[in-house]
Amino acid sequence: MAENVVMLFQWLVFLGIALVCIFASIMVISNKNPVHCALWMVLTFLATAGLYVMLHSQFIAIVQVIVYAGAIMMLILFVVMLLDLEVELRSRLKFLYSKAIGGFFAVLLMLGIFYAVITRVLKGNVGSFTPEKVSAMGNVKAVGKVLFTDYLFPFEVASILLVVGIVGAVIMSKRREARKE
Amino acid sequence: MLYGYFAILVYILIALGFAGFVILASHVVGQRKSTATKLSPYECGMPTIGPTLRRLPIRYYIIAMLFLVFDIEIVFIYPWAVIYRSFKGFGFFILGEMLVFVGILIIAYIYVWRKGALEWE
Amino acid sequence: MELVYFLIEVVVKSIVVFACLMLTVAYLTWAERKILGHVQVRYGPNRVGPFGLLQPFADGIKAFFKEDLIPGRADKVCFVIAPMIVIVSAISLFAVIPFGNKLVLLGREIKLVIADVDIGILYIFGLASLGEYGVVLGGWSSGNKYGLTGALRAAAMMISYEVALGLSIIGVLMISQTLRLTDIVLGQGGGFWHWNVFLQPVAFVLYMVCGLAELSRTPFDMPEAESELACGFNIEYSSMKFALFFMGEYAHMVAVCAVSVTLFLGGWQPPIPALSFIPGVVWFLIKLVALIFFCIWERGTFPRLRYDQIMYFGWKFLFPLALINLVVTAIVLAIR
Repeated sequence: MAENVVMLFQWLVFLGIALVCIFASIMVISNKNPVHCALWMVLTFLATAGLYVMLHSQFIAIVQVIVYAGAIMMLILFVVMLLDLEVELRSRLKFLYSKAIGGFFAVLLMLGIFYAVITRVLKGNVGSFTPEKVSAMGNVKAVGKVLFTDYLFPFEVASILLVVGIVGAVIMSKRREARKE
Repeated sequence: MLYGYFAILVYILIALGFAGFVILASHVVGQRKSTATKLSPYECGMPTIGPTLRRLPIRYYIIAMLFLVFDIEIVFIYPWAVIYRSFKGFGFFILGEMLVFVGILIIAYIYVWRKGALEWE
Repeated sequence: MELVYFLIEVVVKSIVVFACLMLTVAYLTWAERKILGHVQVRYGPNRVGPFGLLQPFADGIKAFFKEDLIPGRADKVCFVIAPMIVIVSAISLFAVIPFGNKLVLLGREIKLVIADVDIGILYIFGLASLGEYGVVLGGWSSGNKYGLTGALRAAAMMISYEVALGLSIIGVLMISQTLRLTDIVLGQGGGFWHWNVFLQPVAFVLYMVCGLAELSRTPFDMPEAESELACGFNIEYSSMKFALFFMGEYAHMVAVCAVSVTLFLGGWQPPIPALSFIPGVVWFLIKLVALIFFCIWERGTFPRLRYDQIMYFGWKFLFPLALINLVVTAIVLAIR
């Protein structure tokens, strides 16, 4: 009895989060004001984090919040905030072609997803870290254990990727300044 | 196992309800008598000059980008910190892993410093 | 049946924590004005009630009846939700902070924490970084130059210090081997010499300094520098929306101090095991009040730094120091 209630409740929560996610992402692409778009995107990321929590991947969920919703969106907001919205909103450009093409591909993708969900039983590989084992050990520890043994090389490569990111950021900003002087 | 997160959800909903209620209540209770002067941006009593949005110094963007990169690095360090002591069997191996990672990070940091991206002039 | 008890427990705990927090915040505003008053050889609020104790309520009622103004150039939606983001993110930080050990009530074992989750400390960082949106949006949406400048400065400062803040506590996590806040506190049991503040003194100082910057309190109160920005990001706010910013700031301050108590000062653990007959909540509150007092006190004594100095200090001093602390801790732990 109690198990059923919990299951039902989890399902309801999932439904709620999924609907928020879909609604927010639709708002991201349909809103005219870029700052509002960015905010809806933050909400999309938060809802995605909720989905990760429901999948028992708490660490990924909180990284989603810190890195995507916190850091990346903050950078985007910095850029977007200083656009002159008045001009943007007044122009009211109608991108008819792009809407038609985009809509076509969206419908195509959706049909593809429906097809995949209906015809196949979606089941990933069952690894050695089952949910029970992970929850007994602690989610973060499990991530650490795998990351620093099996996936050590990608981890170290990631640091080089980040360095490239920093170098790119610095070079871009410096060139702009040199031209000004 | 997800009970904790359910509790967080309940708590956040209470906080949201409180914030919404307070704003709504003050909107209903408070008086409203707006004039054109009152609605104009406050600039110490002087008439408003020019548009609000201006171009920013690029330093703000650099800071945001540096924050983004270093934030990701820190997130990677957390799982390492948690398992660090339980990996005693590996000896200095796990320490070396992180020293390589942090070393690359430090190289990037020195690069940023030398290039003057941290200068605030 | 177990489920019903669980639901009741969650709701009751949430409401109790929320109510206590709001009361604390209300009296924190009073305490700050009173203490700052005495630091500057003034009385502080002393008219409403004995010792001005009813001042917070008078302020609250006043804020309710003030005109709820939305400026003409404002982006209305963002203008309204910005204070909500600040207060909600500040309040929700308390969901994972343990106030005491287990309590047995009506045959049920009740943990004195709303949610004892695996990712504890990361949850706090995540939610705190979301709170920055409130500040940025508040400044941007009010359509005011001072507000925008204040918001950008505040955001750039907060994210700069967040890096050092995140790095500073990694030493603690290495020692306690967990992100779960209750386990971090349990690992510091058995006398004050086990507290992390003595094992990680540099990290404690770093955390408190970065915490002050996150709160944008003096000496880091650049975003609201009165002399150049009038008030900062909340310049156009009035009525209860302004009060929500204010309350959010103070709730965040309590949260930063509570996290500091949990990570460094042993949470609910008594300083010597012989004193464990006093309930843990009392110890927690004593430490919390001490840290909060420090936060108010330093505001009365420090001048404001210049903005470029703040950025230098964060990036060129605190960040390398946190890295060095991290590497030294790792090497010491490996040798031992």
